[in-house]
Amino acid sequence: MSLVRVDALHKSFGNNEVLKGIDLSIEAGEVVSIIGRSGSGKSTLLRCLNQLESHDSGVIEINGRTLDATTMTPARLSEEVGMVFQNFNLFPHKTVGENVMLAPMVVRGERERDAARRARKELERVGLAEKFDAWPEQLSGGQQQRVAIARALALSPRVLLCDEITSALDPELVGDVLRVLEQLASEGMTLILVTHEMGFARDVGNRVVFMHQGRIHEQGDAKTLLSEPQTPELQQFISAVL
Amino acid sequence: MTLDFSTLLPYTDELVMGLLVTVMITVAATLLGIAAACALVWFKLNGATPLRVMIQTYIELLRNTPFIVQLFFIFFGLPALGVTLAAWQAALIAMTLNLAAYSTEILRAGVEAIPRGQFEAARVLGLSRRQTWRHVVLVPAMRNIYPALTNQCIIVMLGSAVISQISVNDLTWVANFIASRNFRNFEAYLVVTLIYLALAVGMRQLFRLAGWYWLGGRQGRAL
Ligand SMILES: Nc1ncnc2c1ncn2[C@@H]1O[C@H](COP(=O)(O)OP(=O)(O)O)[C@@H](O)[C@H]1O
Ligand SMILES: [Mg+2]
Repeated sequence: MSLVRVDALHKSFGNNEVLKGIDLSIEAGEVVSIIGRSGSGKSTLLRCLNQLESHDSGVIEINGRTLDATTMTPARLSEEVGMVFQNFNLFPHKTVGENVMLAPMVVRGERERDAARRARKELERVGLAEKFDAWPEQLSGGQQQRVAIARALALSPRVLLCDEITSALDPELVGDVLRVLEQLASEGMTLILVTHEMGFARDVGNRVVFMHQGRIHEQGDAKTLLSEPQTPELQQFISAVL
Repeated sequence: MTLDFSTLLPYTDELVMGLLVTVMITVAATLLGIAAACALVWFKLNGATPLRVMIQTYIELLRNTPFIVQLFFIFFGLPALGVTLAAWQAALIAMTLNLAAYSTEILRAGVEAIPRGQFEAARVLGLSRRQTWRHVVLVPAMRNIYPALTNQCIIVMLGSAVISQISVNDLTWVANFIASRNFRNFEAYLVVTLIYLALAVGMRQLFRLAGWYWLGGRQGRAL
């Protein structure tokens, strides 16, 4: 059984049909990179996967459960799906440690001591154990993004969604964040990434999904697809970004 | 005319009592008004449409009518509906309703200035709307509008002078009382003016301290 299954997914904003029938299956442990031009619907697809956007028709199943706003509360969904954003979105009035501890304590009812221990462990995992008591504004973008990853991991989601999480970073900070992702991938974490880092998609990813005008235009094994794109649209896209 | 402040000395007890009344009623109205505003903003942004319309109507009603008329309505008008209140109760209700109306609008601006990403981050972490409000929204929203909220509370304290009109024995009522007894209008009103000034300055400092403590102090922020 696939961990994530998307079937005939449609989504419009007003008259603008953004997703025109997406079919996608993702197995546990897969690292899937979604690429494509700006406006092709990549973010909308991710945001449908965690119900930040509601879809119009089609089915989304995560771990065998159908996503449906009436049955899936945010708390329940957070057990399955975590997300990291382009702009980090750390809570500015909470320390790094408190950012990571908030959801385990508030949503899961964990005791402060347990949540703190877990938070330290996750921060260690992203290489920021010493920043536990720092404030987000004191960190570089790359460090903030790694805290955001730790914050998501502290809920042990089955799949982590990343929407262009290195796009807002200075070039020299991108590597730190990618290294964390690579480590997560090697530990068997299921990752769905919208990314422009073609090197990362090829070397770390299992599969690349190319979106074009609201559809999956081409997909396949990461190395094969990026070295031998079949459709002219993907060929054009690859030559434009490389 | 010679100034003689010793003429006020026999009224020291009254002045202290008046000061206490003004302070207590202001403290109560401030706490209740801000708490009510926090709840009203929540319902205004999350409630069902009829509720939102009711809240907005309430806000417009209180923002677009004179405070003294609101006070008179509650104290002199409501008994016609069988609601009879002591003067201090009417005054407290009027001040609270008034502050709540203005602070709701102020606080709403503070909430709306919070980036959407904060709400989305809370949501994907599994927080319910209420949890998001309590843990993610409230403090940054307060920070955004804290100076405006401080001003509004001071305005309500100064505006409380008119509750003397329904014979609450506040500071202004005491000033009127003294002046009518010893005809030392200048001294009586000068002293009371200075007390109000001190109250306003003190209140601003108190808010700064409270804000530092609850909103930004740990982070070493000035508010
Ligand atoms: N909340 C929204 N309201 C209206 N239109 C939107 C919204 N979000 C995205 N869109 C539109 O959907 C299209 C796809 O956007 P998006 O999924 O963000 O693309 P991508 O991430 O691939 O750049 C764009 O045309 C965008 O303008
Ligand atoms: Mg996007």
